[in-house]
Amino acid sequence: MSYEELLTKLALEDERFVVMTAENRALVRNLPAKLGKRFVDTGITEQTMVGAAAGLALRGRIPVLHALATFLSMRAFEFIRTDAGIPNLPVKLSSFIPGFLSDGNGPTHQAVEDVSIMRGIPNVTVFAAADEADLVGMLPAIWASPNPAYVRINTRQTNYNHTPFEIGKAEVISEGTDVTILTYGLLFEQALVAVDILKTQGLSVGLVNMRSLKPVDEQAILKVAKTSKLVVTLEDHFNTGGLYSIVAEVLLKNQTTANVMPYGLDGKWFKPALLPAVLEYEGFTGKQIAEKILGHTTNAIQPEIATPEFAE
Amino acid sequence: MSDLKDIAFKVRQHIIRMSTDGGCFVGASLSATDLIVYLYAEYLNINKDNLEDPNRDYLFLSKGHDVPALYGTFAEIGLMDPERLKNHLSTSDNIYWHPNTKIDGIEFHSGSLGHLPSVALGVALDIKMRGGNNKVICILGDGELNEGSCWEAVLVAGAHKLDNLIFVVDRNQFQANMATEDLIPLEPLHDKFTAFGASVKRINGHDFDALRGAFNAYPFEEGKLNVVIADTVRGKGLPSIEARADRWFCNFNAEEVESLLKELGGEEVTQLTSETLVVR
Repeated sequence: MSYEELLTKLALEDERFVVMTAENRALVRNLPAKLGKRFVDTGITEQTMVGAAAGLALRGRIPVLHALATFLSMRAFEFIRTDAGIPNLPVKLSSFIPGFLSDGNGPTHQAVEDVSIMRGIPNVTVFAAADEADLVGMLPAIWASPNPAYVRINTRQTNYNHTPFEIGKAEVISEGTDVTILTYGLLFEQALVAVDILKTQGLSVGLVNMRSLKPVDEQAILKVAKTSKLVVTLEDHFNTGGLYSIVAEVLLKNQTTANVMPYGLDGKWFKPALLPAVLEYEGFTGKQIAEKILGHTTNAIQPEIATPEFAE
Repeated sequence: MSDLKDIAFKVRQHIIRMSTDGGCFVGASLSATDLIVYLYAEYLNINKDNLEDPNRDYLFLSKGHDVPALYGTFAEIGLMDPERLKNHLSTSDNIYWHPNTKIDGIEFHSGSLGHLPSVALGVALDIKMRGGNNKVICILGDGELNEGSCWEAVLVAGAHKLDNLIFVVDRNQFQANMATEDLIPLEPLHDKFTAFGASVKRINGHDFDALRGAFNAYPFEEGKLNVVIADTVRGKGLPSIEARADRWFCNFNAEEVESLLKELGGEEVTQLTSETLVVR
């Protein structure tokens, strides 16, 4: 099932759903015909869309909002904080092309601080999907919750068979004592590649799909910190405020520490190009990740990375 | 008519009493008083018994700093115990410089300008979706119109033909400590809204007959956002502070409050010595 199919199904079953977009229809092309008045395009007005969503939520609706990740999380930031966060209204934000998924657009479109700023708002929950199956598995619970929610949309395919989603729980893909990669979103597919390479090098390797970033699965982080010699926080996000920071906060809160390698963007935006080239240039292919962790090159072959279709 | 005047007089007394021991935005509260009194006491279908009714009207106060006028009105129409106004700025209650939903009758918190036009728009949109015929009013300050989000909301309301939504501008000619026309000129304001697709009426915001004339013409035009520009006087009712840039946020001493209450009743103009908060 695709994101659009899921949204269509849920919205047709439940009159409370209102689908909104600030003129970003890539994920919802067929919904205007299906939902009629319950599809609202406010034009290129992220602030007005979020404010109006708060008004709709006051009247008992569950608005699901669509816009590019940077504009949704940053142009409308104060509206999310003030109109959805303070009153804790169920405004559901579907954030399109977050992180590296903005590929060739350039820094204006690079949401690589969105997790940081969204999780800083009380009441706002934050999620990221490893692939479309993960996304479709997590959204019913997220949309049924009473809180505002920010979801990094990822509609790529990995063929991984995910376990059922629960808010506040990570998905443990594998456990290992030498190195464990904690990741979320798009980089899950490269993490799978990295894990295979590390295993062929004889290491005991763990992988965790964090997927619920706020609330976060503290027990999963603490367990990995205790049992794995090295913990890697892999994310297409600045190291500041994202998963690396989340792990640091959890460890400090529990008065413990671990050998943690941050594997994110270190204080700079990434080189714009098509996605496979971005990953290669920035050092985020599975092979590069594995070799950085190992500290040496290997003769492993990097599988081809699918180029996303242009989606504005 | 005499009833509304009487209510407005009492609301102004409440505002003056709240302008001490920490103070309040007295100028903006007094300019909006007649407007708010008219809307709650006569025009809108909002009362203490129907707040949970989805078919009642709504009023969003986007220029939240004039909330003393709203609380004063609530006290006079039975939405709030007048005794609670004595709790202004006390942690024992939730009556502070901007509105919040812990007070029954407040639709939404405000204080950050330019937000409630879109929130009100969302409520109006939902009413349209459900085929309701209740009205949604959003009161904006004129200085607030500097915020681009206000104009976004006007565009979007027009696009969605929200003729159940009324934006009311309290046109008191000042923003904080400056005249609007000296900082970011707004005139011709009527033409600006018209050019953005709204149907506009401009009236004297202290004249109840004029307010009736405008609001009774609702909906002004089918499929268009209604805009009422209410020309008002900052500090209305107190000649010693009327239309003055330096009487925005005031924290008067006890003697001044007593004197201002007499001034409101038509007695001698007060000699004010209290400093006012000047931010520029």
